[in-house]
Amino acid sequence: MSEPLLVFFALAALAVIGAVSLILQKHPIHSALSLIVVMVALAGLFLLMGAEFVAAVQIIVYGGAIMVLFVFVIMLLNAGVEEHTSLSKMAGPPGLLLVAALAAFVAATIAKSGTGVQAAAQTGALSSTKGISEMVFKDFVYPFELTSFLILVAILGATVLAQREKS
Amino acid sequence: MHFLFATRDELFIAIAKIAVLLFIVLTVNAYLTWFERKVVAHIQSRWGPHRVGPHGLLQPLADGVKFFFKEDPTPAGVDRFVYYLAPLLALGLALTSIAIIPFGPEPLRVFGHDIYLGIAPPNLNIGILALFAITALGVYGVALAGWASNSKYPLLGGLRSAAQMVSYELALTMSLVGVLLMAGTFNLRDIINAQAPLAGHPDHGMLGWNIWPQILGFFCFFTAAVAETNRVPFDLPEAEQELVAGFHTEYASFKFAMFFIAEYTSMITVSCLCTIMFFGGWLSPFPASWTLAHYLPSVVLIPFGLWVIMDGFRYETTLGRVVLPVVGTVITVLGLVFIVFPHVNAFIQAPFWFISKVLLFLFVYVWMRGTLPRFRYDQLMAFGWKLLLPISMANVAISSFVILVKMQWGAK
Repeated sequence: MSEPLLVFFALAALAVIGAVSLILQKHPIHSALSLIVVMVALAGLFLLMGAEFVAAVQIIVYGGAIMVLFVFVIMLLNAGVEEHTSLSKMAGPPGLLLVAALAAFVAATIAKSGTGVQAAAQTGALSSTKGISEMVFKDFVYPFELTSFLILVAILGATVLAQREKS
Repeated sequence: MHFLFATRDELFIAIAKIAVLLFIVLTVNAYLTWFERKVVAHIQSRWGPHRVGPHGLLQPLADGVKFFFKEDPTPAGVDRFVYYLAPLLALGLALTSIAIIPFGPEPLRVFGHDIYLGIAPPNLNIGILALFAITALGVYGVALAGWASNSKYPLLGGLRSAAQMVSYELALTMSLVGVLLMAGTFNLRDIINAQAPLAGHPDHGMLGWNIWPQILGFFCFFTAAVAETNRVPFDLPEAEQELVAGFHTEYASFKFAMFFIAEYTSMITVSCLCTIMFFGGWLSPFPASWTLAHYLPSVVLIPFGLWVIMDGFRYETTLGRVVLPVVGTVITVLGLVFIVFPHVNAFIQAPFWFISKVLLFLFVYVWMRGTLPRFRYDQLMAFGWKLLLPISMANVAISSFVILVKMQWGAK
């Protein structure tokens, strides 16, 4: 087994363990911490594929900004241990079924494409910062600007809602 | 490990570098506390620490020993895992960020190996982004410490710090965009080299640094960075009049020391970053044609060493009369070595300027702590969102416009 593959499996295992722990943890803060582990492990996987920029942005945006907001809200609401209602207990078996279906679908897709996991490693134009900026600001500039506009609308909406509550 | 390190030697070099840098950083941290106490004391017309060792120089050592031997109680009702994780996170991330800083341009040749000053490889293309990623995770140390302590003051401190760091991170990142646009890279070494004069162009020394075109960016960056490191005047998370000691109220002994070291290490990182991004990193402030400026390290070291020797002979305690002249002699000899051996002198130019600039910024940090009062919480938020963020955005717009004009009309 080659070293990159070894590192890949270590990071992938970390991501999977983090994701399972996210579901199984009783306390919201522990779940949020598990999600951070998943994000960081994913960033490591991106780095392994040579996508340095995406890896850094993954940690800055997801591991940092978004998860800090999660933790902040959990701390602010002082959320306690998760309560299990009869409905949430019922959600278990169908959830497991869905997981099995999704895993089978992904496995089938990979098997059909006929290439190994290693082939997903893309280096070159897509991974470099310059390549990404050219893609976002040249080839896909209109979808990109539209997405930013959508986010702006969401920010305005949040501001309006907060204002209304105040008065 | 052929994938990460080409040879076994490189692995050993990396481990040795980490050990050396860790030792240096922890020592500098310890003496930074001494420096801070001395400077703040003199600002307030006091003497500061002067009992333990000559000029109180052994005070950091005494403090360190005290931290080790103090009782380390864990309060009842804390979330144990997170309570222990938080100081580890804070210290680990702070120390990791130092690893990305390059300290000198030329590799040191030892036994046929090129050893670059700094742990990260010289071609780390996401240098500044990696630093931001580590800073982004650094919030958790403080926020989780506040939450896990299961006590109201730490919780308030943790909440404040999370809100403050998220708010100022925006301005921190935006303020550097101008510099990145000018350099056209994220690589810290290339950012420094972009401030050096181009081949065939006149050498203006410090006039080529980023601080002049990016003065707005520097203002925003330094302010936001002080807020990110939770230092005065932005030390709301540990405002002792309101929150006892903020997020680390329930931490004692070495766990408290870990937060303390983390804070001082981030101060060093921020000072290094200011130096690299805006003050030309290891570049000399004088044009290369001023050959006399090459002897400045000696000109600084020799009189300082002689002064330490003189001061040592007059010192009150016997220990001081022995230790201070020895230290002074070492400094003087170092200065003489730089004069006698031109190779050594040429090599230490870059680290000398880098360290001098970093020390200057550390002094500014301490100076601010001795001078400025703390912000009120609403002032802090208004300052970050309504002043720093718009200014740094305007800086991005102006910088990109100027760069565009230069590209269009070729006025370089």
